[in-house]
Amino acid sequence: MNALSIRNLHKRYNNGFEALKGIDLDVEEGDFFALLGPNGAGKSTAIGIIASLVNKSSGQVAVFGHDTDREREAAKQSIGLVPQEFNFNQWEPVVEILVNQAGYYGIPRSEAYLRAEKSLKRLDLWDRRSSQARALSGGMKRRLMIARALVHRPRLLILDEPTAGVDIEIRRSMWAFLREINTQGTTIILTTHYLEEAESLCRNIAIINHGRIVEQSSLSGLLSRLHTETFVLNLREELTRLPELDEHVLVQVDDVTLEVELTRGQTINDLFETLSRNGIEVVSMRNKQNRLEQMFINMVDRDRSSIVEGKA
Amino acid sequence: MTRWSRYTTAYRTIVIKEVLRFSRIWIQTILPPAITTSLYFVIFGTLIGDRIGEMDGFRYIDFIVPGLILMSVIQNSYANVVSSFYSAKFQHYVDEMLVAPVPSWVVLAGYVSGGVARGVAVGSVVTLVSLFFTDLEIHSYAITLLVFILTSILFALAGFINAVYANTFDDIAIVPTFVLTPLTYLGGVFYSIQLLPQFWQDVSMANPVLYMVNAFRFGLIGVSDIDLGIAIMIILSFILALSAYSLNLLHRGVGIKK
Repeated sequence: MNALSIRNLHKRYNNGFEALKGIDLDVEEGDFFALLGPNGAGKSTAIGIIASLVNKSSGQVAVFGHDTDREREAAKQSIGLVPQEFNFNQWEPVVEILVNQAGYYGIPRSEAYLRAEKSLKRLDLWDRRSSQARALSGGMKRRLMIARALVHRPRLLILDEPTAGVDIEIRRSMWAFLREINTQGTTIILTTHYLEEAESLCRNIAIINHGRIVEQSSLSGLLSRLHTETFVLNLREELTRLPELDEHVLVQVDDVTLEVELTRGQTINDLFETLSRNGIEVVSMRNKQNRLEQMFINMVDRDRSSIVEGKA
Repeated sequence: MTRWSRYTTAYRTIVIKEVLRFSRIWIQTILPPAITTSLYFVIFGTLIGDRIGEMDGFRYIDFIVPGLILMSVIQNSYANVVSSFYSAKFQHYVDEMLVAPVPSWVVLAGYVSGGVARGVAVGSVVTLVSLFFTDLEIHSYAITLLVFILTSILFALAGFINAVYANTFDDIAIVPTFVLTPLTYLGGVFYSIQLLPQFWQDVSMANPVLYMVNAFRFGLIGVSDIDLGIAIMIILSFILALSAYSLNLLHRGVGIKK
């Protein structure tokens, strides 16, 4: 069963702006799914419609088979939402925010306190349970929103840029937590501007641009279509002369750094063999650009070009 | 978990949240009306009231007590819902309810009950304060309580509608200042409309607060310028109309959904 099915979803705002132009999207149960796109592409509008925060203009949305128009309550019961902006009562104590949220889902107060305790402990917020939410740091507020979204144990968790503005240590611990709940069966849909995050966490991916889905596939399938990758090589010794190679184009960045572009079909083994034959020893290497980032830019650029050509 | 148990838990959650909210800030919510009304009792009741003499056969202070109690109920029921729901919109935590399977009528019932709770809390404090200045001999407990609660519901609903349409904090101050206060002061709190010329008596009949103040006064001291049945019917009609309108606003997501 699909955790989420979207058909021909349109959204036109009152000012005439068409945020979604008929998107179709399927997310399988148990998936860790990334919804990517540049700012203003329509990601947050789509998420808002799924979570009943935005009224759609037309189209269908179903969550675990429950149509959000006809079986709205069943659909809502299945969703947990972590929005982009902080949206809790800043003056309310942390534990009350979770208990109230549980109450809206019909969970009695005594049970809600137990669940809140468990969630807050898991996300390292238990010590701050009596603090007003406004007193928390940015990272704590993000974790509070995740705890709140999970308090009714949803089958589908939607996170809209959950790690924005969070330091790397907390981001890594949040990734570990999200992987853990995904492994336990929660389907996760993630939007993020950190493409490294999507590449690290997600199995399937959709790219939305100008209100249209321009790509939907598995992450591995998408990356396999990457035609070239640029690697940065750190050398053991200073390079006195840049060798000319038939198979690879080398660019010297400085005395001990080279850049090399590998096209599809070429292997790193071949490259190292060639460099070795030319007396160049590589100490370490890295991708010049995140692979998904490179793919993302290619796709968005291609989409932009097709729109410009269409207008011409 | 049945649907009804889910709804009652959600309703209870909203009510508890609302009661905790105004209780936490009791210095802003409960204390000021008690002080303001004490001043009314001292100035209009004791200092000036003795010079005014009787009104409808009652000492002036006894005559104004029902109106002053109801005025505090009106203002606080309204203020609670308008400020609470607008804050929820302003800080976007209204989303917490919108994403959850809480029907519109449960949201409305929860907020209105919160408004009634504050109206009852403040009305009770003001009633206690009034006992320092007058001997209350309640004419009809049933009518007093009925009008007390119905008026509170009505103005909680009005506050909710104000909050839905409000876009700034100014918008939630305009109606209480320029509509609610004049209607209350001209609604027979301080005088019997029998004192007015016929034309102004007729104009006063268009003021819904007049019916509530008089019905409440009847419950407390047994006199009224208005027929009690008509007053109750008018209050109930307003409650029905405002409830239907509020539910329609919530259903369409006016002011809370994009």
